[in-house]
Amino acid sequence: MSAINESVTQMIQSQRAQAPQATKPSDERVRKVSPWRILLERPELGSIAGTVLVFVFFGFTAGGSGMFALDGVINWAQVAGYLGILAVGACLLMIAGEFDLSMGSMIGFSGVLVAIPPMYLGWPLWAAVIFSFVASMALGWLNGYLVVRTKLPSFIVTLAFMFILRGLTLVLSTGFANSTIVSGVGDKFTSDPVISALFSGTTMHWLFTALAGMNLIDKLPSGDPVVGGIPKVLLWWAAMAIVAGFVLARTRFGNWIYMVGGDSNAAKNVGVPVRRVKISLFVLTAFCACLFGVLQVADVGSAAADRGLQKEFEAIIAVVIGGTLLTGGFGSVIGACFGALIFGVVQIGISYTNIDSDWYRVFLGGMLLLAVLFNHYIRSRAASNK
Amino acid sequence: MADEYILELDNVSKFFGTVIALQGVTLRLKRGEVHCLLGDNGAGKSTLIKTLAGVHQPSSGEYRVEGQAVRFGSPREALDRGIATVYQDLALVPLMSVARNFFAGREPRRKLFGVIPVIDMNYANETAREKLAEMGIFVRDAGQAVGTMSGGERQCLAIARAIHFGAKVLILDEPTAALGVKQSCNVLKLIHKARERGISVIFITHNVHHAYPIADSFTLLNRGQSMGTFAKSDISKEEVLDMMAGGTEIQSLVDELEGRAA
Repeated sequence: MSAINESVTQMIQSQRAQAPQATKPSDERVRKVSPWRILLERPELGSIAGTVLVFVFFGFTAGGSGMFALDGVINWAQVAGYLGILAVGACLLMIAGEFDLSMGSMIGFSGVLVAIPPMYLGWPLWAAVIFSFVASMALGWLNGYLVVRTKLPSFIVTLAFMFILRGLTLVLSTGFANSTIVSGVGDKFTSDPVISALFSGTTMHWLFTALAGMNLIDKLPSGDPVVGGIPKVLLWWAAMAIVAGFVLARTRFGNWIYMVGGDSNAAKNVGVPVRRVKISLFVLTAFCACLFGVLQVADVGSAAADRGLQKEFEAIIAVVIGGTLLTGGFGSVIGACFGALIFGVVQIGISYTNIDSDWYRVFLGGMLLLAVLFNHYIRSRAASNK
Repeated sequence: MADEYILELDNVSKFFGTVIALQGVTLRLKRGEVHCLLGDNGAGKSTLIKTLAGVHQPSSGEYRVEGQAVRFGSPREALDRGIATVYQDLALVPLMSVARNFFAGREPRRKLFGVIPVIDMNYANETAREKLAEMGIFVRDAGQAVGTMSGGERQCLAIARAIHFGAKVLILDEPTAALGVKQSCNVLKLIHKARERGISVIFITHNVHHAYPIADSFTLLNRGQSMGTFAKSDISKEEVLDMMAGGTEIQSLVDELEGRAA
């Protein structure tokens, strides 16, 4: 009896000794995570899914209408490009935990600053463009300075600037042009080779001519391709997105942006210059708004006091659809770009369908709500132990 | 021999307006010892560590680091002298990865294409994992969010980070306050490891059961005043409890509950 007992005990003991060894080579606390879950924790997932959804939707409802022909594509891509430029700046700022509601007004303001000096003060256009960028970025700095200095929510400070700048734009345009539109500046762009090369029209004409020559894209009756080239705004969007995305993901400054938005007190305690980071991002959003304004003036040939109305909200919506947290600390530039793309596709696409275009805003609001709920769910999973 | 002590507060007082937060406190931290700072809420523990960390400047008295009188203008200056403080909020961002948190504010950099400075994420990931492993914390993946770690692991991450960046003195503000028994035990082990590496530790707590096993000496604070410093060999756990006033009060509560109220 006792012998059996002993051998049983031995067996149990040896099993116990072996049990941990069986799993020893890999850490027993490591759990296999499916690639699906890793994907689920990426901030941009929601916006990519949304983009697919929107394309499928319009593929069915507007597939044969020319929306996905080259000129149609350029059409909505351009809308997405304008908003995308704003969204890139708004995205970094929101990750750092702040808003800039003055972006839309800044578009109108910077446009007027570009148009008035050459039309009424005899400035060369290039000087006015530089002046507009400097003035906008200085105002962006002021926005940021007031926010970090007073510790007031950026919502309130930039809301004030939203009204101040819109009002100033109106004052300037009626004061100089005696109208809410400052026109005639288009000629100034065509006569300035450097500025027009940077901001006006399209580029890569050779490519489109060559493609048309090979009958790969549609031609007009005159033999020219239907689309002359890629709009400059798309190149600016791509450049801004690549630079901002790179800075955010790979550089020290990018790490600071996440840190500041995640917990500004923690950031301060580990030696991150919180104020400098925030102020420089307000300067960035002002730069983006000014770029938007200048590109638009170059495109339309005039500046107007109501330009960029509500664009600040559209930018914020694009950023939120892109998976960035309203409270900061989490988000991605790629997501914001997809958010802007959804905007462009919906705004232009709806006119290609039989749907009344009045539904556009309803659609966007619904999209925003869905995106926020989805992102909230994803984030609570990403940050939990489950 | 001034060099026996790495940190010294000599008769330090701190006033906030009419409030006397600290009154004539003397605290001496030996090299390589774990020094426990005990006191109930409102005893002045927070003010004392903030003074050590360079957040506050003493209203009177002297603060010496390695025998040299100092007057820190900011926490950064204290940090440069190797005095690292781990506060209760730990200065960690839950949504960021372990490696990004570990190197926050001191990101290792390399040059991309020889010109563009970028964070060296490989180095950051490896170092973070390695340093945590040395401390007995095995992270599955340095790219995982800090939010997925337990409270004890986060505490250890914050301590490991301070050690990695050259802390000679670690000031730990109630590191076990929000932790369970097992996690507290891990943190205590980590404090022991830090001591083995020759790092001096000031360990703030009001839990004598955590303090007594690990500490070499104790300083007790009560209402802004030091009740003295004691080596472990000179004092028992019960005496420490009594001196914190907790012991007698709890005893009288026990008496009252058992119907023996005086």
